[in-house]
Amino acid sequence: MIELILQNPLIAALVALVGLALVFGAVLGFAAIKFRIEGDPIVQQIDKLLPQTQCGQCGYPGCRPYAQAIANGDAINKCPPGGQSTINALATLLGVEAPSLDAEHGEENDVKTVAYIREDECIGCTKCIQACPVDAILGAAKMMHTVIASECTGCDLCVEPCPVDCIDMIPVPQGLSDWTWDMPPPAEEQIKAQRHPAGIIATDRGDNAA
Amino acid sequence: MALLKITSPHAHTAQSTASVMRLVLLATIPGLIALTLFFGWGSLINILLAGSVAVFCEAAVMHLRKRPVMFYLGDNSALVTAVLLGLALPPLAPWWVVVIGTSFAILIAKHLYGGLGYNPFNPAMVGYVVLLISFPVQMTAWPAPLPLYAEGVSPPEFLASLQIVFGLPGVETVDAFTAATPLDTLRQNSGLLIAQLYEQDPLFSLARWAGAGWEWVNLGFLLGGCFLLYRRVFTWHGPVAMLASLSLCAALFYDGGSSASHGSPLMHLLSGGTMLGAFFILTDPVSSATSNRGRLIFGALIGVLIFIIRSWGSYPDAVAFAVLLMNFAAPLIDNYTLPRTYGHKKSRRATEKKE
Amino acid sequence: MRKVWDLIGGVHPPENKHQSVQLPIGVLPLPEKLVIPLNQHIGAPAKLLVATGDRVLKGQELAEPTGLVSVGVHAPTSGTISDISEYPIPHPSGMAARSITLIPDGQEQWVDHVGIDTTYSFQDYSPAKLLEMIRHAGIAGLGGAGFPSAVKLSPRKAITTLIINASECEPYITADDMLMRERAEAIVEGVQILSYILGGPEEVLIGIEDNKPEARAALEPFVRDTHIQLVSFPTRYPSGGEKQLIQILTGREVPSGGLPADIGIVCQNVGTAFAVQKAIYFGEPLISRITTVTGRACATNRNYEVLIGTPIAHLLAHNGFDEHDCSRLIMGGPMMGFTLTDPDIPVIKTTNCILAASREESPTPPPSQPCIRCGMCAEACPASLLPQQLFWYAQSHNHERLEAHNLFDCIECGACSYVCPSNIPLVQYYRASKGEIRKQAQEKIKSDRARARFEFQKARKEQEEMAKAAKREARKQAAEQAKAMTAERGNKPQGSEDIVKAAMARAAESQTSPAEQQARLERGIARAESHLHTVEKRLETIREEGSEQQQEQARAAVEDARRRLEDARRKRAQLDEATGSPDTDKVMARLQAGPRETLEKKIASCKERIAVTRQKIADSDDETLKAALTSGLEKQQAKLADAQQALAELPDNTPDTPVTRETTDAAANAIAQAQARAAATRDLPAEEKLRQTVVALEGRIEKARAKLDEARAGESEYVNALQAGLEKLQDKLLDAQQQLNAIATQPSAVDDDSGDAASSAIARAQARVAELASMSEEDKLRETVTSLKSRLEKARIKLREAEAERSEHVDSLRTAAEKLQVRLTEAEQQLAEYHP
Repeated sequence: MIELILQNPLIAALVALVGLALVFGAVLGFAAIKFRIEGDPIVQQIDKLLPQTQCGQCGYPGCRPYAQAIANGDAINKCPPGGQSTINALATLLGVEAPSLDAEHGEENDVKTVAYIREDECIGCTKCIQACPVDAILGAAKMMHTVIASECTGCDLCVEPCPVDCIDMIPVPQGLSDWTWDMPPPAEEQIKAQRHPAGIIATDRGDNAA
Repeated sequence: MALLKITSPHAHTAQSTASVMRLVLLATIPGLIALTLFFGWGSLINILLAGSVAVFCEAAVMHLRKRPVMFYLGDNSALVTAVLLGLALPPLAPWWVVVIGTSFAILIAKHLYGGLGYNPFNPAMVGYVVLLISFPVQMTAWPAPLPLYAEGVSPPEFLASLQIVFGLPGVETVDAFTAATPLDTLRQNSGLLIAQLYEQDPLFSLARWAGAGWEWVNLGFLLGGCFLLYRRVFTWHGPVAMLASLSLCAALFYDGGSSASHGSPLMHLLSGGTMLGAFFILTDPVSSATSNRGRLIFGALIGVLIFIIRSWGSYPDAVAFAVLLMNFAAPLIDNYTLPRTYGHKKSRRATEKKE
Repeated sequence: MRKVWDLIGGVHPPENKHQSVQLPIGVLPLPEKLVIPLNQHIGAPAKLLVATGDRVLKGQELAEPTGLVSVGVHAPTSGTISDISEYPIPHPSGMAARSITLIPDGQEQWVDHVGIDTTYSFQDYSPAKLLEMIRHAGIAGLGGAGFPSAVKLSPRKAITTLIINASECEPYITADDMLMRERAEAIVEGVQILSYILGGPEEVLIGIEDNKPEARAALEPFVRDTHIQLVSFPTRYPSGGEKQLIQILTGREVPSGGLPADIGIVCQNVGTAFAVQKAIYFGEPLISRITTVTGRACATNRNYEVLIGTPIAHLLAHNGFDEHDCSRLIMGGPMMGFTLTDPDIPVIKTTNCILAASREESPTPPPSQPCIRCGMCAEACPASLLPQQLFWYAQSHNHERLEAHNLFDCIECGACSYVCPSNIPLVQYYRASKGEIRKQAQEKIKSDRARARFEFQKARKEQEEMAKAAKREARKQAAEQAKAMTAERGNKPQGSEDIVKAAMARAAESQTSPAEQQARLERGIARAESHLHTVEKRLETIREEGSEQQQEQARAAVEDARRRLEDARRKRAQLDEATGSPDTDKVMARLQAGPRETLEKKIASCKERIAVTRQKIADSDDETLKAALTSGLEKQQAKLADAQQALAELPDNTPDTPVTRETTDAAANAIAQAQARAAATRDLPAEEKLRQTVVALEGRIEKARAKLDEARAGESEYVNALQAGLEKLQDKLLDAQQQLNAIATQPSAVDDDSGDAASSAIARAQARVAELASMSEEDKLRETVTSLKSRLEKARIKLREAEAERSEHVDSLRTAAEKLQVRLTEAEQQLAEYHP
């Protein structure tokens, strides 16, 4: 037997390869069981990255359904409240190129907003209360309603149903506690700012004659 | 009163990138003097040629990238690359070799990766390796050091050197002046004990420690390196680790000076591009490891690689290859060599999310 | 000599301290106004105690601490509060915050204040008492961060080392240096107090950089015979950082994210020690501090004892400030201070230096060059971070890597930016990144909460849906059961209406009182009789002219009606037996006794409680408890009075009892009344109830009229409202009277007197549906048109009003009116089309 193998290089090669395949297969199989990572299901991971405004701008009735849809292969650029940073995070999670935001679903808004009800105009129809996905509006029929600002996600789903248009989306005011430094501007802008100390910012990027 | 709103600190040292680069350029002077003294004007011509090509390339790229040209030229980084490449190339190398090497270094190795601060490989060494692989004949033709010249024969004058470099007719070709380097000699040695070799070969017999001319060139770069260390342009970790590991390897394989020996530690330290590599190439901050611990590992592995390639590889010198190979490894080293931050029990890995 | 450890990293910026130590600490004349922000420390802002226009005395508390981590603020001098509003405060953002503006009256009149009794030493007081004094003196760390000192001095762990920070490592600043030179004794006394409060730590160290030999020499004689050690160490920035100083003096490190107290160390600034001494010995709150005024844009460089709240412009004006030469106005030192955009900003408790830097001293920074990763920043970093890597990841917003590189261990000392040859504002990158990460963490918390709320809402809606479905199912089943039952009885299937009625009758029967049951049965008998009567009549007519089949049906119906009548009669007989008395009045009387009994019980229990409470008051000797008990007693008495009154009123059953407003517990009173009334009315037949309502309404109208007249006489602004109320009441009265008439004319028709509002509502809705069904399309349209017209009219009136008032809602009202107009025309058009 051994002689046959030694004499016949074809068989020797075959035996060697099959043997290697078996060994590595066994190692891989062992590793797959031994080092298995117990992770969240992908839908949950996606849902964690979404901003949870529950606004439905993506075309799904809430963030979780959209997460489900992404897991089933839907595009990841349908979330305007999350903006580019959410798209990037999703792209990293799913290992795909990050596309830019699909304008069809709305534009990214840098300024965070909360709903505000002009209370003396409110007629107490409760339509906004039914529309709010996070129960952030308080009130009863024929009583004026009010928004719990800290719970409002700024999804503006309550604006449309209001029959007297008494709901405004107002920007969240910045206080001392949430003030932070901005990132410094890129070097090119610094150079331009210095070259035009009067504060005129040159728009001509080709302006590079010293 | 226009009161600025600027983040602290409001004070700054006088040091700038340009001044750091200037210090590096200054520090190459002892080595350059030694090269010129022992090998003629070739290195100076290399440097001038490479310098002008580098500045031109840099300006062209900045123009193409629509950046303010003078601002970026002002950091002197292109000049440093050019000078290091010029010092590494054989003196009296043909002009086109220098031009190709320099433009490759600046255009491909530096700016294609995003310019200063973003290049993963040392641009000068990339240029050098490209030339070494593409034009091995020109790249291994080193002129003989001054002591080897016969009585009455002198190395070419400055104008003659220029003529040789630009291939103008009327002078002898460079082949007339070439001689083997100490590392070449050692490689080709078979059968002679080291002691015998040192006695018989004029390259060693006319030298004080390690190889005529070469020892002084290396000492020149060592002097320049010490100056930079003194001025705190870089830390000691990288160079010292490299020199130590190279010496250690050489000592291990010295084999008592037998015919199979790979040369003494002193010979390895003072020949080839050892000192240039130790103080000017692997200390390039952009492409080396970041932390001090990382630099120790980075330098030590370069030393080992240099010795391996010199002893068993097919190229006589190995600084460029060793440095480039370790440039590859630098991010990995960085990942495992984060310093221990104040208040932490031990250092963590860069990819660790939680301690 | 005690061993000192080396500072890791660090830099040597030019010291520039000699300029401001030439002159002794000076005092400035009073400024025209003082602005005292309510939040000068880390923690919750203080709670205001004064109002605009108040006159306050020097040292008077203007705002008190709220919560644990908070300190109060005090009046720096006597004067008048002219304003309490948002005012720019010293903060890197240049934002405004609530501040008190005080106009000094120049009298410097102190409020009453006492320190500890000088005949005793501070050691005769408990540390808790001393801490309370410190807390009320408004002392927050004077070193820079402004952490409330009292909080820092009550650590949870035992303290082995007290470190007094006299390092003052920042260039230019000499406030602590001068304080030590001139007030060394007070400082040492303060340190001893701090040491006592902390339970006498093993070591008390004063750490001084070796560039302050004069300060050291000044302190030396006072510490000679104490357990306090003076420790000098080489000058290097940032040795004065709390964590760095601890490392230099003890060789130990504060754990990341922890506090010095975690390793048994407390660090206090020398200035704080001085303020503590003043607070304990003299009872003086923190109303002034030593501040260095320096920089080449000022002609005089000097230290001052400055009142908190002094506008910086006042300081600068007294030091020959040259605003044309000033490039930046910095509060704090050049390494960690922040630029001010407004010279009117006041000095606060943490202001140790005002640096008016000339253009030459701090020129506009050149544009930053690319990072060449030279590593000089890593060499300088006192926290052993890799600033170049942090910068790299900050640029790419890679927060995960930033945290892995320990961004949050950065103390923002600025050493890295200081040495950076490429002039990169590294610290700004780190600050911005920290802000981004914190913001994201907050958003994460918020989004998690939003998710939880959303999921809860979903679950709730599902549950509601399920409950509805279950109800529907139950109803369907009940209907089927009823159908099956009627089928069993061998009758022809009846309409679902009958089944519902039967079910409702059964339900009502099971829950109503015997009296009601009796009444209902009586009515049922009457109805059955009348039904029998009509059926018999119909049978007569059918017999004369109907077909055989019809006759058969009619006969069956008569049979059925007869059986039902018998059924009803039998049931009534049963009920009579069960209640023992057929007399309805008697049953009603017994039922009416219910509320009376409960009231009597209530009165009894109230009396009992009052007795107990009185006993308690007599027994207790604690003043506060007594007060609480007395107030409780009063309440009980009021309740008792209420109950008694209710009892007195009960027999009359007058629903319109005047409310006694003197009672303290009006609400309880009203509830009791309402309950009594409800109890009284519950068992009355509908007619009676309506009659009562009418009477009550008449009474209310009478009162409303009286009030209206009164209001008219007094030209009150409520006349309109009262008028409207009166009209409504009259409407109600009319309604009630009509109902009453209806009942009176056809008493047998009223079968919803059991109080089953649901069934009456169903009936009304059914009626309305029938009405609509019977109404022709044309009529419907016509009705729509009329309603739209009236709405349009109203909208127009509103619009006119709004226009007259120039209200901001004019536009929205106008569009609303326009919309209505459009709808009206549409409806009219439809109507026209329907009937051309």
